Amino acid sequence: MTKFVQVCLNGLTLGSLYALIALGYTLVYGVLRFINFAHSDVVTIGAWMAFVFCGLIGWLGTDSPIFAMPFILALSMAACALLGFTIERLAYRPLRRAPRLNVLITAIGVSLFLQNAGQLKWVFGTQPQAMPKLLSEQALFTIANVKVPVVDVVIVVLAFVLLVWLQYLVFRTRLGQAMRAVSFDERTAALMGINVDWVVSITFMIGSALAAAGGMMYGLRYGTLLQTADSVWVLLGLKAFVAAVVGGIGNVRGAVAGAFLIAFVEMFGAAYRSPQMRDVYVFGILIAVLILKPGGLLGKSTVEKV
Amino acid sequence: MALLEVSGLEVRYGGIHAVRGVSLSGEEGQVVALIGAHGAGTTTTLRAISGLVRPSKGTVRFAGKDITSMAPHQIVALGLSHAPEGRGIFANLTVDENLQLGRYLRTDNAAVHKDREHALSLFPRLRERLQQNAGTLSGGEPQMLAIARALVARPRLLLLDEPSLGLAPQIVQLIFKIVKTIASEGTTILLVEQNAHMALSVAHTGHVLEVGTLVHSGPAKQLAADDAIRKAYLGVH
Repeated sequence: MTKFVQVCLNGLTLGSLYALIALGYTLVYGVLRFINFAHSDVVTIGAWMAFVFCGLIGWLGTDSPIFAMPFILALSMAACALLGFTIERLAYRPLRRAPRLNVLITAIGVSLFLQNAGQLKWVFGTQPQAMPKLLSEQALFTIANVKVPVVDVVIVVLAFVLLVWLQYLVFRTRLGQAMRAVSFDERTAALMGINVDWVVSITFMIGSALAAAGGMMYGLRYGTLLQTADSVWVLLGLKAFVAAVVGGIGNVRGAVAGAFLIAFVEMFGAAYRSPQMRDVYVFGILIAVLILKPGGLLGKSTVEKV
Repeated sequence: MALLEVSGLEVRYGGIHAVRGVSLSGEEGQVVALIGAHGAGTTTTLRAISGLVRPSKGTVRFAGKDITSMAPHQIVALGLSHAPEGRGIFANLTVDENLQLGRYLRTDNAAVHKDREHALSLFPRLRERLQQNAGTLSGGEPQMLAIARALVARPRLLLLDEPSLGLAPQIVQLIFKIVKTIASEGTTILLVEQNAHMALSVAHTGHVLEVGTLVHSGPAKQLAADDAIRKAYLGVH
């Protein structure tokens, strides 16, 4: 029982992290129909920015004030929103009318640029760093002999709040309506008086801010920040991408459903089968979904003429 | 001064010279028909006016302002609405949400409500389908929605692209009756049509476009009586 509850808790926490990251992929795909391969690097930079901000303010020990975490989170999200805005403006916007493959290759280029620029001595460097302990290590409460640490509770609550907010934004606001209109047809949306460039910019900023939240919380949970090109980051981004595809790329609710499915399968597989095989389970689901329901669990299948 | 003045408009898509020097104008309150077969450059002309494609030459002036190089959303804000060909509706949104997008730039809620009611009274079938996904509309309904959505913006100039395309004759009659009503209420209309007979029956002036060039221009009645046009576009031999 204890093990089961522990695994469920791990799945819930990891699923929340995947969901925050997966939403960035799915939002950008929804609006522009392309996979932003640089998204996982925004996650990495979000985590590192949190570390840098902590250092600048001097919150590196365990004695940082209670408001340090939300404050650093807000800074990191803002910094990444700016980064996302800049990436779209400089790298993707000039290619808006270009064939999709060009944009895809550009995204890989941006990804490589961020990974390598992050390793420069005057950026984040190549040495691993310990993420400052902004949240208490103590258990907030105990269920079935399982200690539930503050950080896990904060991750799940934060993800929940951001997801509800995003759901509200997309389906209940004028901006969300504009996003859905652009997603369906950019030209017709422009004829409604929608500033398409602005909607795309906002979408990138929201996705990147969520990525920063995911990256920083990942850092707080696992404690160590590896250099920006490390495969840990790549794998984290890749799994979140798998979550978005499994749920149905372009679908906000699908991304969240996919994220929790992936995380639970990964955690249960690792705990009850083989820990070495955890990535295999994740990509196994991807293959199964692509064979059985290529549009994703909540997505619509589309026929594309070739 | 004319509300819309297009002069020497040219549009190129890569190597294709789609519009080759089109000049036309529309007085406030008038209906101008632009007649052309598929591929004649009519849709491209409308897109150049509403800012969706950038002309390589020529100017477009609307209400005295040069709008040639303005972005589509800025042009909409000036009071120019473009109802694109049949499928230019948001099939992923409900009919109601489509209408809401039509008023995207308006903040005068009370007046919007009146215009929306008026648009729905012109197309009562849309009122029955407000909560339905626009992708499930059939027959002339998508076209009705495109026109109603443009009306909710309360435009000074309405660009209508082939409202009769692919519709049954009865529905074509209905749509043209409504076009006439809209025009009589003071909205200026630039109407693109292949159905020259219907278009010229509601228009004040008409233009005929062939391979990107205007080949005939004049009062609608005169064009409708012209032998060459009757043979080519009205199916009279």
